[in-house]
Amino acid sequence: MADISDHPRETFRISMLLYDARYRSLTIQVVAAMLIMLFLAQLVDNTVTNLAVLGKDISFTFLWSTAGYDINQQTIPFTSQDTHARAALVGILNTLLVAVLGCILATVIGVFAGVLRLSKNWLVARVMTFYVECMRNTPLLIWILIVFAVMTEATPQPRDFREGGTAAMIFGDSVAVTNRGVFIPNPIWADGSGIVVAILILSIIGIFVLRYVARKRQEDTGQQLPVLRLSLAMLIVPVTLAFFALGRPITLDYPVLGGFNFEGGLQVRNSFIALWLALSLYTSAFIAEIVRSGILAVSKGQTEAAFALGIQPNRTMQLIILPQALRVIIPPLISQFLNLTKNSSLALAVGYMDARSTLGGITVNQTGRELEGILLLGIFYLITSLIISSAMNFYNSGVKLKER
Amino acid sequence: MRTATGKVSTCRCAALSQPLFWVTAKPCKFVPLTSQTRFTALAAGEVDVLVRNSTWTFTRDTDLALDFPAINYYDGQGFMVPRALGVSSASELDGATVCIQTGTTTELNLADYFRANGLSYEPVPVATNAEGQQQYLAGACDVYTTDISGLAATRATFEAPGDHVILPEVVSKEPLGPAVRHGDNAWGDIVRWTTHALIAAEEYGLTKANVAELAAAPTDNPEVNRLLGTEGELGAMLGLDADWAVKVLSVSGNYGEIFEANIGESTAVGLARGLNAQWTEGGLQYGGPFR
Repeated sequence: MADISDHPRETFRISMLLYDARYRSLTIQVVAAMLIMLFLAQLVDNTVTNLAVLGKDISFTFLWSTAGYDINQQTIPFTSQDTHARAALVGILNTLLVAVLGCILATVIGVFAGVLRLSKNWLVARVMTFYVECMRNTPLLIWILIVFAVMTEATPQPRDFREGGTAAMIFGDSVAVTNRGVFIPNPIWADGSGIVVAILILSIIGIFVLRYVARKRQEDTGQQLPVLRLSLAMLIVPVTLAFFALGRPITLDYPVLGGFNFEGGLQVRNSFIALWLALSLYTSAFIAEIVRSGILAVSKGQTEAAFALGIQPNRTMQLIILPQALRVIIPPLISQFLNLTKNSSLALAVGYMDARSTLGGITVNQTGRELEGILLLGIFYLITSLIISSAMNFYNSGVKLKER
Repeated sequence: MRTATGKVSTCRCAALSQPLFWVTAKPCKFVPLTSQTRFTALAAGEVDVLVRNSTWTFTRDTDLALDFPAINYYDGQGFMVPRALGVSSASELDGATVCIQTGTTTELNLADYFRANGLSYEPVPVATNAEGQQQYLAGACDVYTTDISGLAATRATFEAPGDHVILPEVVSKEPLGPAVRHGDNAWGDIVRWTTHALIAAEEYGLTKANVAELAAAPTDNPEVNRLLGTEGELGAMLGLDADWAVKVLSVSGNYGEIFEANIGESTAVGLARGLNAQWTEGGLQYGGPFR
C-alpha cells in the first residue's frame, strides 16, 4: 500500500469491500450492525406476536388506574384509592431510602473494618478478617433472613409492654423495640422550625467557608486556626440559640402503647431494619477489602518521606496516604454502591415495600401487566444506577491523579 | 402430557386429596407456584391448569385472559385473631397489624373493607401462607386474613388451635376453582366436567365404593349411565375414554367424600359444608346435566 500514490487512483469496485483492507473493517461493522438490529427486531416482533396470541396487548394505561392496595411504609402519603403510578413512586422512594442509608452505613462500617484489618494488633486484625470473610462468602439473602428472624422472633410483642408485661421501653420510655419494628420519637415541625433548619444549613455552609479561609491563611502566613473547635461552635451555638429564641418549634412525638400497637412516634419496621442492616453489613465487607487494598497500594516510601519531613502520623494519613488511596478506592466503590442498590430488590423476601414489591410485585399481579411492569422496573434500576455511577465518576474526577 | 389440540391423551384426570385440588395423575407434573407467579405461569403455558385457591373474578376472567371453568368451593375472606386479644368482631380491629399474602384478591378486599368502615390498619405483606403463619404466631401481626377455608386449615396446624378465633365477618365473595387459559377450550371442558362429575356423583349417590359396581352394567337412571359411560358417548366428546368419570370417582370418591375426608367436620380443619352443600340441601353446589 505504500506505493499507492505512485499509481493512478484505482476506481472503486464492489469486491474491494471484501478484499481491500481499507474497506473490509467497515464492511464487517455494517454487516454486524445489521445482524444485531435484525436480532433485536426479531425479539420485539416475537414478543408482540406471542402476546397477541395470548390475547394481550402492550399498554401502560394501568398506571393511571386505582391501585386498591395499601402500603405500610410511606415516604409520601398514599391510600388504596391512589393510582398504580403513585404506588410505584412510593416503592421507588422506599428503594432509594434503603439504598442511600445502606450506602452510608456500608461505607462507614467498611472503612472501619478495612482500616482495622491493617491494624498491628493481631487480635483486632484477625477479628476483622473473620468478619470480612464470613460476610462476603455467604449469600446476602441469608443475612437478610437472619436479621429479620432475629428482629421478629427475639424481640417482644407490643402487648408485652403493658402493665405487668415482660418488656419495657428504653432510653427514658422513648424507644420501644418490638417484633413489629422499633418505635422511636418522631420530630414535629411547628411554625418557625424552617428558620431553625435554615440556620443549620447556613452554619454548615459557614463551616466550609471557614475551612477555606483557614487553609488560605495557612498557605499565606503559615498560621493555623483551631478549625475543629470553631466548626463545632458554629454548628451548635447558632442553632441552639435560634431553637430557644423561637420558643422550641421542634418537639418530639413519643410512641405510646395504644390498643393493638404503639401509636405515635416513628415506626422503623423490621423489614426495613433487616434489609438495611443486611445490605450494609454484606456490602461493608467488600468495601473493607477495597479500602484495605487502597491503603496498601500507596507505597511505603510515601510514609517514610513524610516522616522524614517531620509530618506527624495522623497528618501523614490525612494529607499523604488517604488522597492517594482514594484514587484506588473510588472506582471499585462505585460498583459496590450499584450492587447495594440493585440488591435492595431482595426486599421481597421480608416484605419491604420497595419498587420491586409495589411496581414489580403487587401492581403486576393485580393488573396482569407483567411485561410492562418489569420493563418499567428495569428502566428504573438502570436510570438509578447510571445516576449513581455518574455522580461517583464526577467525584472521582476530582480526586484522581491530575496529569499535566 | 397434553397434545397440541388440548386433548388429554395419556393424562387420566382425577380429583383427589384437598377439596380444591385437581390432580392429573401421572404422567402429569406438579409445579409449585406462589400467588405472585401463578397467573404468569399459566398464561405463559408453563402450567396448563391452576388448582386450589384462585378466586374467579371479573378482571381475571377478562383482562388476565383466564377461564374459570367451574367453582369447586364457595369461600369468603375472614379474619383470625388470638383469643387473648378479646376481639369479637372485625369492626374492633382499628389500628391492628394485619398479615396478608401479596398478589391475592385478599389484599384488595382488606383495603376496601377497612377503608369502607373507616378503620386504620398496618399491612404486613408476606409471600406465602407458611410465612404468614410464622409471623402471626410470633405476634408480628395481630390478625391473619385470607379465605376462611384457608384460615381454618392454617389453624388446624397450630399447636393450640383453640387459642385462635375466626371472626364472624365474611368480607368478600371468593368463588374458588381451577383456572385455565383463554383459548384452551377443549382442556377447559375437561376441567369443567370433571368438577361437575364429582358434584353430580354426590347428588346421584355414586361413591368410591359403589362406582365400579354401578359402572359394570346400565342402571335405571339414564343420567348415571351417561356419566359412567354405560350409555351414550360423553367420554368421546371430551376426547377421553368412555369410563373417564369412573376413573375419576374411583380415586377418592365424589365431592362430598373428598370434602369430608380432607376438610369436613370430622377432620382437624373442621369446616361445615355451608354454601358448599348440594343444591338439594340448600347449598350452591349444582352439578351440570350430563346429556
